[in-house]
Amino acid sequence: MSAYVGNIVDSVTSIFDGMAVTFSHFFRRPYTVQYPDRMPVRVQDALPYRYRGFLEVDLEICTGCLACERACPIDCIAIDVLKNKETKQNLLVRFDIDLAKCMYCGLCSEPCPTGSIHHTREFEGADYSLESMVRRFVLDPVETYKPKKSGEDDPAIVPILERGMRYVNEFAVPEAPPKPPKKDAAPAVKPAVGAAAAEGQP
Amino acid sequence: MRAYLDAVAAGYPSTSPALVYLLGMLAFGALVVFVFILPVAGITSWVERRVWARIQSRIGPNRVGPGGFLQWLADGLKNLLKEDVIPAAVDVPMFRLAPYVVVAGFCAAFVALPFAGSLIIADLNIGILYISAITSLVVIGILMAGWSSNNKWSMLGGIRSATQIICYEIPVGLSIFPAVLLSGTLSMQGIVAAQGWAPTSWHMFHSPFAFVAFVMFFVGALAEGNRTPFDLPEADSELVAGFATEYSGMRSLLFFLAEWGNLYVIGVLVSTLFMGGWQVPHFTDNAVVLTVAQFATMFLKAYFWVFVAMWVRATLPRVRVDQFMTLCWKYMVPIGLVNVIGAATVMVLLPDGSIVLRLIMVTVAVAILVQFARRVLFHLHRADYGRLGRIGEGAA
Repeated sequence: MSAYVGNIVDSVTSIFDGMAVTFSHFFRRPYTVQYPDRMPVRVQDALPYRYRGFLEVDLEICTGCLACERACPIDCIAIDVLKNKETKQNLLVRFDIDLAKCMYCGLCSEPCPTGSIHHTREFEGADYSLESMVRRFVLDPVETYKPKKSGEDDPAIVPILERGMRYVNEFAVPEAPPKPPKKDAAPAVKPAVGAAAAEGQP
Repeated sequence: MRAYLDAVAAGYPSTSPALVYLLGMLAFGALVVFVFILPVAGITSWVERRVWARIQSRIGPNRVGPGGFLQWLADGLKNLLKEDVIPAAVDVPMFRLAPYVVVAGFCAAFVALPFAGSLIIADLNIGILYISAITSLVVIGILMAGWSSNNKWSMLGGIRSATQIICYEIPVGLSIFPAVLLSGTLSMQGIVAAQGWAPTSWHMFHSPFAFVAFVMFFVGALAEGNRTPFDLPEADSELVAGFATEYSGMRSLLFFLAEWGNLYVIGVLVSTLFMGGWQVPHFTDNAVVLTVAQFATMFLKAYFWVFVAMWVRATLPRVRVDQFMTLCWKYMVPIGLVNVIGAATVMVLLPDGSIVLRLIMVTVAVAILVQFARRVLFHLHRADYGRLGRIGEGAA
């Protein structure tokens, strides 16, 4: 008999408390993240700054050295460079990255001497055709970048080169850099790639 | 209703009055079904999903219409347009008929449900008896669906449903008795009229026995409505979808329509039998305003219990078949019998009803609610340290 009453008391009290637990959930915020259209910030901006998203190339500082093409383990980068015998200038006529093939390993951006090829935090590439995933960075042939012995002085290229070098330096270290220099306006946690992502895809 | 049809019949002397009555009944029935039952059942499906979602720290459907309110219309439309698959090996006539029997069984219950003082389709003098009898028609439909599907899971689901209804008719009936004894009538309007708007005059606070009867009625009604924790007939993890396994499209939806509609019926029954139904203070002489207030009161009370049923569903796990039988035959039936005798004894000892006893009961109920609120706050604080940014505050 006491077990009988005990059973009743047990079930009533435990259900009572269980109902209190679930009721308390009405006063908590849901955890749901309503990607993609109802986000407080773009999800790209919330990603870690070393996130390996779509590759991007800054043609202004690309030396045409083909280091990235050689580093790519699956040959998704295709670069054609023409050498102008008279002016000794290299002409970049093709720089294609097949993002559908790319496995986002980051091996191309490590050997890049200027940080021209780099990862952004963009990742939304859904499309109806594979061809559209091939990013063609060279539309009109451009001359490759040549580092100057005296240091860069073209005001149009200086910030791009700074960004690229910062990217290279940070990519080489295993952890996040301690702190960016004070003159850098970017926030401490995501200095370089944050700036790159803010520029966005063309 | 009757008077109106009489007047209409008098206007067409050449037609038989029976035909006028029949057509009138059909038209009125269709009106009630489309204007009230379908929207209530549909909206309940949306409310239920939102309530579960919040309990599970999700958001729930919030895209269709404001706050996702029109989700039920979208779902209904989608299911209407879906293919109505009828498997080759089923018993076709029974298979096709079963959902209609289920829906008919639950719609028929609305005949005797009181919406307001003057709003009731038919105030049968055996109202509550009629409702508990006609809702058992649902089990016939479910059994038909289970048997005709020619599928092990469906059949097990159908048989379980039949077992459930047969077993739980008894404790539910026993817990209806105290309310009927207190009112001295089986008519739904009579039961409501025997109570007042104040909680002290509700049947549930008449005596401890009446209160236990109220709790037992709610539990038993959940079991009869195949609601979690008693959803053995459609136990997803054991029986795929039980009796609804082979159904698709609108036929499948009809089962769920009946389930959601049944929730509302349960809510109305609980509030009618034990919570004073549509009773409101007589604050105005305007009959229309009074009726609207009564309707709103009834609806809110009923919907509160619908909400509780959803909340229970989100809280409690499904019982096993043996636990389910134990609960019914070893606990609810004996307690129900004791309850009937106890409630009758209290009535004999206190023929006019003791206001002291009622006040004590109300006080106890308030104390239970206060304790509940304290437990909710306790769990809220314990769980929300992290979310409020206080994580590790007291940690070493």
